[in-house]
Amino acid sequence: MKQKEKLSGKSKAKTLLKDIVRHRNNYLFMAPFLIVFFTFTILPVIMSMGLSFSYFNVLEAPKFIGLRNYYKLFLNDPLFLKALSNTVILAVITGPVGYMLSLFMAWVLNEFSPKVRTFLTIIFYTPALCGGTFVIWSLIYSGDQYGLLNGILMSLNLIYEPIQWMTDTAYMMPAAIIVILWTSFGTGFLSFIAGIQGVDKTMYEAGALDGVKNRWQELWYITLPSMKPQLMFGAVMSITGAFGIGDLISGIFGFPSVGYELYTLVHELQDYGNTRFDMGYASAIATVLFVIMVLLNKIIQKLLAKVGQ
Amino acid sequence: MKKKINRSRTGTIVLFLAIAVFAAVMALPLILVVGNSFKPINELWEFPPRLVPREPTLKNYSDMFTIMSGSLVPFTRYIFNTVLITVVGTLGNIIFSSMCAFQLAKMKFPGRDRIFSIIVLTLMFNTTVTAIPNYLIMSKLHWIDTYWALIVPTFGSSLGLYLMKQFMEQNVPDALVEAARIDGASMWQTFWQIVMPCVKPGWLTLILLSVQSLWNVGSTTFIFSDNLKTLAYALGQITSAGVARAGVGAAVTVVMMSVPVIIFIFSQSNIIETMSTSGMKE
Repeated sequence: MKQKEKLSGKSKAKTLLKDIVRHRNNYLFMAPFLIVFFTFTILPVIMSMGLSFSYFNVLEAPKFIGLRNYYKLFLNDPLFLKALSNTVILAVITGPVGYMLSLFMAWVLNEFSPKVRTFLTIIFYTPALCGGTFVIWSLIYSGDQYGLLNGILMSLNLIYEPIQWMTDTAYMMPAAIIVILWTSFGTGFLSFIAGIQGVDKTMYEAGALDGVKNRWQELWYITLPSMKPQLMFGAVMSITGAFGIGDLISGIFGFPSVGYELYTLVHELQDYGNTRFDMGYASAIATVLFVIMVLLNKIIQKLLAKVGQ
Repeated sequence: MKKKINRSRTGTIVLFLAIAVFAAVMALPLILVVGNSFKPINELWEFPPRLVPREPTLKNYSDMFTIMSGSLVPFTRYIFNTVLITVVGTLGNIIFSSMCAFQLAKMKFPGRDRIFSIIVLTLMFNTTVTAIPNYLIMSKLHWIDTYWALIVPTFGSSLGLYLMKQFMEQNVPDALVEAARIDGASMWQTFWQIVMPCVKPGWLTLILLSVQSLWNVGSTTFIFSDNLKTLAYALGQITSAGVARAGVGAAVTVVMMSVPVIIFIFSQSNIIETMSTSGMKE
């Protein structure tokens, strides 16, 4: 009996091997992409996870230290906890709001003629398309009366003294959120536009006969359910974006920002990785980020399954 | 004209007003920077600030060129670096991703679905998170301070592959591929002469995505030699000189923005077409 199982296991492996050899051309064709993909995406993830259990300063070989990096992260590093809470606050606000705004605007844009739609799409997409444009906001937030925002508010007599938008801790977080939302009409937004255009028009007519009374019901019962795959894609894109916030903040608010008010996990990661060369600790931070992203993705999949019900 | 179903007039007016206001807010920073780039210096420091210059001038742009020609490393070198990185990176990205996407979309072999689902999972990983181990890998490969460090990783970008695979699946008829194979076309011939011409919107999208990431490469930990640095880095140095160069800074931003925006304007209908297949099954 056992002998037989072993044999069938062996022969299974043999047929699989034969199958693979037979398809060697297919694998050969994928090899260039997959080698690069493995080296610069998969391997770094594996390395991060491995190195997170070690002390590694690049000069000496990594030394295994168990969970000590994680203990330090959660019990002995107030800045990490600050970064974690800032990241979560920023992500929880800008992720869903940016996502909803993209979806809503894509939906309204669909009512316009193609020319107007194209024009507005370009305006909305440009901030996300051109990586560095967010620096413009330092002109708007500039802390003297020549800053656009202060200028407008002062000439309307709403405020009498210029506000230090970029250094006053009371305003920094909202100011950053606005810039992040400004850049949030990205690939997901384009996907929504395409998804809404792709909904079968006869479904709207059929819906109207079935008692769909207004545009909101139409959106919830017809449009959204027929573009669930795009909704999922957009969600993944916005998770990636929301937890990768760092350069935008350093670009406008400086690094470190006043009082570490806008210090995020990406900053903490860069600080330990690029400045202090504590690669083990930086890897532990990266691993925490991975885990958060994967968990969120699962939760969002569950939520999106409820659309249209 | 036929009345549209389920559209109340008041609702339409309210929505249009909302989007007009929102679009104005979105456009404001862009108008501001374009406006500033044409302002003479005295208009930059006006109260209250104006968006549109009263006496537009090209001085900021000519100053930009003056500063460029005064730099230690000739500016043409920075432009050459950025163009080289962008062009080679984009070409490699299109060819590598499309070859792999073709297999994943149109061929059957063991492990195909598993490979694809791993690629989809990595869409979530922001590149900042993999940056540190990447540095270690680059130094093992002795690619630190070479063009390769900036170019090669784009060849394996998962977003480009994902969009291309989804698009091919829907837009390349199976019959066409089979017919080509039966007629004795090699894998490469099938790919290059049959599949690629069918997916023009797909590769226009890949062009946009890789230009977007490569054109803006500025300061990076991978490069330290001055003569290998990029245009975005060099122009960033001009901007960071601060207040005195606010006008030139605006001109720089406009120049950097113009390349991706122009590509998007010309390819946007194709890109939206690609995005129509971007959906992800649960």
